[in-house]
Amino acid sequence: MTQQGVRWTTDQVLALAPDVASRKAGSKLGAAGPWSEAGSSSEGAVWGLCKGSGSRPYQTVVDTTGPAYKCSCPSRKFPCKHALGLLLLWAGEDNTVAAVPEATAPEWAGQWLAERRRKAEQRSERGSGEGPGAADPEAARRRTERRAERITAGATELEQRLADLLRGGLASAEQAGYGLWEETARRMVDAQAPGLASRVRELGAIPGSGPGWPVRLLEECALTHLLDQAWLRREHLPEALAATVRSRVGLPASADGPALRDEWLVLAQYDTAEAKLTTRRIWLYGTRSRSTALVLSFGAAGRAPDTALPVGLVLDAELSAYPGSGARAALGERFAGPSPAPASFRPVGVDVRSAAVAYGSALRDDPWLESCPVTLERVIPSPGGEAWQLVDADSDVALPVAAAARARGGLWKLAAVSGGEPVSVFGEFGHQGFSPLTAWGVGDAVALC
Amino acid sequence: MSTTTWEDLVTTALLGTDRRGRTSPTPGALLDGAALHTVRRRAGLRPAPAASRPERAVPDLRDPLPDAARARLAMLLSDRPGVGQGGRRGTAPDLTELLPQWLIAANDRGYAAPPELLPALLDAARGRTDLRPQALLFAGPRALWLARLNPDWKFALRTAPGGSALPSPEDTAGVQQLWNEGLFAERVALLAAVRAHDARAARELLAATWPKERAEDRLMFLDSLRTGLSDADEPFLEQALSDRSRNVRATAAELLSALPGSALAARMAARAASCIALDPARSGITVEAPHECDGAMERDGISPTPPAGRGERSWWLGQLVESAPLATWSRRLGGRRPEEIVGLPVSDDWQGELHAAWCRAAVRQRDADWARALLGTPASPDAGGPGAVSLAERAKLLTTLEAGERADWVAGFIAVHGLSEAFQLLGGCAVPWSEPLGRAVVDALNIARDAGSYPWSFSGVMGLAERCLDPAQATRLESLATLPDEPEDGSPGAVGYWSEAFQRLVGTLRLRAAMRAELAGPG
Repeated sequence: MTQQGVRWTTDQVLALAPDVASRKAGSKLGAAGPWSEAGSSSEGAVWGLCKGSGSRPYQTVVDTTGPAYKCSCPSRKFPCKHALGLLLLWAGEDNTVAAVPEATAPEWAGQWLAERRRKAEQRSERGSGEGPGAADPEAARRRTERRAERITAGATELEQRLADLLRGGLASAEQAGYGLWEETARRMVDAQAPGLASRVRELGAIPGSGPGWPVRLLEECALTHLLDQAWLRREHLPEALAATVRSRVGLPASADGPALRDEWLVLAQYDTAEAKLTTRRIWLYGTRSRSTALVLSFGAAGRAPDTALPVGLVLDAELSAYPGSGARAALGERFAGPSPAPASFRPVGVDVRSAAVAYGSALRDDPWLESCPVTLERVIPSPGGEAWQLVDADSDVALPVAAAARARGGLWKLAAVSGGEPVSVFGEFGHQGFSPLTAWGVGDAVALC
Repeated sequence: MSTTTWEDLVTTALLGTDRRGRTSPTPGALLDGAALHTVRRRAGLRPAPAASRPERAVPDLRDPLPDAARARLAMLLSDRPGVGQGGRRGTAPDLTELLPQWLIAANDRGYAAPPELLPALLDAARGRTDLRPQALLFAGPRALWLARLNPDWKFALRTAPGGSALPSPEDTAGVQQLWNEGLFAERVALLAAVRAHDARAARELLAATWPKERAEDRLMFLDSLRTGLSDADEPFLEQALSDRSRNVRATAAELLSALPGSALAARMAARAASCIALDPARSGITVEAPHECDGAMERDGISPTPPAGRGERSWWLGQLVESAPLATWSRRLGGRRPEEIVGLPVSDDWQGELHAAWCRAAVRQRDADWARALLGTPASPDAGGPGAVSLAERAKLLTTLEAGERADWVAGFIAVHGLSEAFQLLGGCAVPWSEPLGRAVVDALNIARDAGSYPWSFSGVMGLAERCLDPAQATRLESLATLPDEPEDGSPGAVGYWSEAFQRLVGTLRLRAAMRAELAGPG
């Protein structure tokens, strides 16, 4: 099933936008007005000239198999509004208005496209071989050892810091302020343990997080302590748990699990922005294997991460899992797509009780797990001001909706899709509650984030 | 350690292990215990008891939107005014301005709103009251269901059109109950709905509670009788002429005067006729304004005190003529037709006063013959009509003509006078503009460009043209959107700005054509 020629929906295009302003600007360019010489090819390329304020039109070309973009405009946003507008023009049209007809790519677009194809082929040929750095195994081993020693020193220091805190009492933590934690976090960065560093930063934020903070602080201190101890005794842990500990501490690993080929349905895609980094989380569901995987993609601040897979698409591809627990995986070779998923492609879901059990079981493998991916079946969203719930349609139990999810606008979308009737909802469930990400009512998948 | 309760651990942690003396655990032991408790508590999470579940929304039985139209709506709703862009508008269409049109077209076709877009639709309607009737009609029953759950959208429950929140006009018991118990706004909406459905039923509903209503409420309720006003309303209105409130009396009089067969209209005709006559040579009109405003005149709605700067007698005359049936004048002035009457000279500078009053009468009585006579030809040399009728009055007179004639008249006006004064007149024309009107506007824009002025002098008309021109005109306009050479005597940069403005116009028209095609559905 080669569906590269299938046009996307407008929603799928808009989901690529790096921010609201780009989405808006792109929408305005999604009409025939400023475009000329636009065309598309069945290999998954779209191109066109967009008239801007200058005398020369911008040359915009998109490889929809990536997707990847190239535009001669000076924008630093990625994809830029021209690429979005072009895709909208291409996606929105019916067959009566051929604003983007099938054609052969002009030279300026063709060159770039051909270059991309060539590189992709090279990559897939090289893909099975070892990456760089395999040259000198002895040097690599020494590097790994040195880093482990540094992390051990960092974990030991952090244990000391936690012990001091508990000797003096959490009540004093409120006065101690953020600076002390920030200093400790920097020490963890120096120790090359970014996982510990970010935990420490979160500890520093808890005293200012409102009522009930001492309980939360104790919980997080305890889990950090657990991670320190696990690292210090990692030789005694079963290999799977040791791998989880390594990844929690922040040691890089490569996705060396066996490649799993499937038709992967995009369940959700959302970004979280920090000061210097935008993290994009993409949840995929294997329609044959029924497994759920998380693909992470990163972008520097202000730039959207380069992998974009809007909800409702499906792609035939291989995924390889990262070591340790959790669903994280890396996208490998793609065979087809992304293309709109047939309506029958839906994740198999569970009821409310099973969702709670699933999180509990997952903690066995990874006690630091905040939440796990769950598709709930037959739940009724029940709006309630500060206390939204997802009520099991067939019994009297419910999952609370996480406070963080209430801050987003998607919950009312969820309520609207349901209208008081049972729906399927994909989201992340954990000790803070359920965060809905995608809903299926009677129609297509509706992204809630 | 595992026998220690979580509460103990928290207390110890808060105070600090140093302060708890010898029985205190070491910090390490405390953290071990806390970690065990934390993971155990998380792993043991169980579902909560269900607090409540919402009732089910009334099903929306209308057809779902075609996919392309649904995507378009999502895009129109994601466009928020006042973000980015800055002052200049660029070449891209203004999506926000197209939303009302889209909603009307979707409602005409009877589509149901896609549920996932209801929150955005309700938010848009909350911000823009002009959108509300069409937006809520389109949003349908599920939007009302949502509005009951979210206080931000309460307005939808008050303003819901078509009786979604109101009982159906046939539901006599429901109507009666809401009329007796409803809030003021609900009652106004109810009365309007019933009046549109059955004029008599609405009048009877109103008459039953009339004496008990507050004065300002009576005024609003009385206003609803404008819809479907007929001779049958006369007795009720006659009685309202002796209302305690002066505003209610004036409104009742105004409504009665719009009924040429009413007793009030006859009384006004007699009074007005006594002031106006043909001169002895039968070649002009003489005017003798009233010398007093007696009690009977006042009861019939004549306001005795003029606004500052106006003479009493001309003030009274104006009101009399305005309220008298226009048919009076042909009888009184030698069987002449309206055009002939308007053409007669008027003695002693009374012409302006008299013609202005006739204009108001023609609008009030929806008299196209008189309106046509007072409008004169669109080509008359100044912006005013035969009796120096102002542009605002002309705009009002035009509303009495049917759409085609109105468009032709405005097209003629633009052909002669250009666009600078056409905005008001264009606003009253049916959308999309007729071919002659559209051509007149585009030609005038073209002339303005060639004259070297800047397009923002015409931004109002441009904006209207984007929304009102027939999308079929887009092809014809394309040549205007190209960039010709800068003329030597033109305003600096104007050529580029005009090209940009025309590009936006063409782009918007294409977008409207696409919107229309999407709503028609595939195939």
